[in-house]
Amino acid sequence: MDRPDTPAIRLTGLKKRYGTGDAAVDALKGVDMTIWPGEVVGLVGPSGSGKTTLLKCLGAVIEPTGGHMELAGETIYDHGWKIPDLRALRRDRIGFVFQAPYLIPFLDVTDNVALLPMLAGKDNAAARRRALELLTALDVAHRARAQVSQLSGGEQQRVAIARSLANHAPIILADEPTAPLDSERALTVIRILNEMAVQYQTAIIVVTHDEKIIPTFKRIYHIRDGKTHEEAGEGRAI
Amino acid sequence: MINLAGRDILHGWGKFLFTGVGLGLLIGATLTMAGVFRGMVDDGQVLIDNSGADLWVVQQGTLGPYAEPSSIRDDVWRGISGMPGVAETGNAAYLTIQMAHAGRETRVMIVGIEVDRPNRPGAPPYLAAGRPILQGHYEAIADEKTGLKLGERVRIRRHDYTVVGLARRMVSSSGDPMIFVPLKDAQEIQFLRDNDALVNERARTAANPAFNRPGVPGLLEAAQGAATQSRNVNTVLVRLTPGADPEAVASEIRRWKRLTAYTRAQMEDILIAKLIATSAKQIGMFLVILAIVTAAIVAFIIYTMTLAKVREIAVLKLIGARNRIIAGMILQQALGLGFIGFLVGRVSAGLWGPAFPKYVLLLPADAIAGFVIVMAICALASLFAIRAALAIDPAEAIGG
Ligand SMILES: Nc1ncnc2c1ncn2[C@@H]1O[C@H](COP(=O)(O)OP(=O)(O)OP(=O)(O)O)[C@@H](O)[C@H]1O
Ligand SMILES: [Mg+2]
Repeated sequence: MDRPDTPAIRLTGLKKRYGTGDAAVDALKGVDMTIWPGEVVGLVGPSGSGKTTLLKCLGAVIEPTGGHMELAGETIYDHGWKIPDLRALRRDRIGFVFQAPYLIPFLDVTDNVALLPMLAGKDNAAARRRALELLTALDVAHRARAQVSQLSGGEQQRVAIARSLANHAPIILADEPTAPLDSERALTVIRILNEMAVQYQTAIIVVTHDEKIIPTFKRIYHIRDGKTHEEAGEGRAI
Repeated sequence: MINLAGRDILHGWGKFLFTGVGLGLLIGATLTMAGVFRGMVDDGQVLIDNSGADLWVVQQGTLGPYAEPSSIRDDVWRGISGMPGVAETGNAAYLTIQMAHAGRETRVMIVGIEVDRPNRPGAPPYLAAGRPILQGHYEAIADEKTGLKLGERVRIRRHDYTVVGLARRMVSSSGDPMIFVPLKDAQEIQFLRDNDALVNERARTAANPAFNRPGVPGLLEAAQGAATQSRNVNTVLVRLTPGADPEAVASEIRRWKRLTAYTRAQMEDILIAKLIATSAKQIGMFLVILAIVTAAIVAFIIYTMTLAKVREIAVLKLIGARNRIIAGMILQQALGLGFIGFLVGRVSAGLWGPAFPKYVLLLPADAIAGFVIVMAICALASLFAIRAALAIDPAEAIGG
């Protein structure tokens, strides 16, 4: 597969220290990472190794304490944020899928997904059209008008994935997206993510502990003691 | 953009409505409080208006006849009616009694009015039913609130009176309904003692050598008659000719008759500013406390509602919602709560207002002011919740 010229994500020496003084925790001690558009990369490591911390830094949810971060060739962080509007960055360029699919309970399935384009300034009809398109692609369109609480765990997770894709975000960060699912459903979610990556040229990072899905990645980053090293995965077909 | 506040409310509308209704009852109590105060002011106002007087002539140095006792001879009107600017005068006597009728006790104000010719000030300006008093004795016009019916006979002290007319909103300054009777009857009710007292009084006068002198025939009878007959009234109501200056006539009366005279403006000051000043402060205190309680409750409810949404708010921030959207959602919910509360409050005050024993006057202007205050309180109270919401860390949405 031929690669585009600019990586979707490039991290060099990214550091994150929580707290100060005696209580300080060095969660990331200099992470190097390059992710290309259209690929699904696994991020694995023992508990407390800094996986979530890395995703939070990537998603501009917390501020790193050192290093350099580039998204699509644009410097986002270099010993300090380099862009003023982090919320707009999150809204337009990053999709999140969490371990538990935190959907908004007072909105129905369609509007949970449509909310993102709406926040980005799309009119309601266009946003809902986009939502329905994604829900169809993720095979939950038949639940489009349902309340979130009426969905199964797997359906909720698929809605969350649809939401993360709603603004055509070039990057999706998924923190243990399959944890609440049985292995068959977990594989389905990973298959969908792979399809989306190919279809929309999205760069996707998936944090996981799940032995069943680790073999599906073509590339895996291992993280231990706040440092990463890259490894080729099996890239097993699902 | 969809309305997040509205969606959240619809999602848990039962809870929201229930809270709104609870808040509404509190607001209703507050509006009723204001209505009670307005009712008191209105009672004073209608008392002044319905008396048909431009001047009140009372005992020197008193704030009579409504706020303080006043007693003047019932012939001073003769001197006053001849004065320039005076169109018509009327004696009036007031006394509040406890009336037992049809097994019910009512506090009523007996008003003695001149009935010798129509149009003397003091009589009710219009009747809801029946006719004016035509007989010099034992006829009455009753306010509807007494519960009396046309043609009914009611016993007041020693005599039975026939209700010949019904009046509306004729109340004393403390809201007691009025019963109008001929002046002579009112004087009798007011100043005559019961038979035993009279017998005692006569005996005492007879035992007094000063009144019971041998060789002065008729002295004892005259003394006894004077003691048992009342020639006093509480006030002379004066109606002025059109164009006459009330203050000028009042000062003439003060100067020449050695009586105190009040103009309409002065009487309003006595009835509305002085007489109910303490009650007004009392109600004012209540209003302040209720406003604070309302603010505290709204703040608490909105704060709790917001804290229950910490996760959703964190997600909203994470997916890029602006602070404006989040603050707007909370503010709209607070205002929505206030709106429901106000509606419920206004409706419930309107429903239970008439059941209050005293007049409750709900002014549209008060309702508008109340609405503005409720909305302002809600907006202010939501600030705590908004501050808490803006402090929520989007990282909380991700968890570990
Ligand atoms: N807000 C914080 N303040 C202080 N220390 C933190 C904070 N968040 C995480 N840490 C610490 O940083 C380290 C990395 O945490 P992180 O949540 O990134 O681990 P993880 O790899 O996601 O673990 P898990 O697999 O259990 O989710 C841990 O030692 C953790 O205790
Ligand atoms: Mg984690």
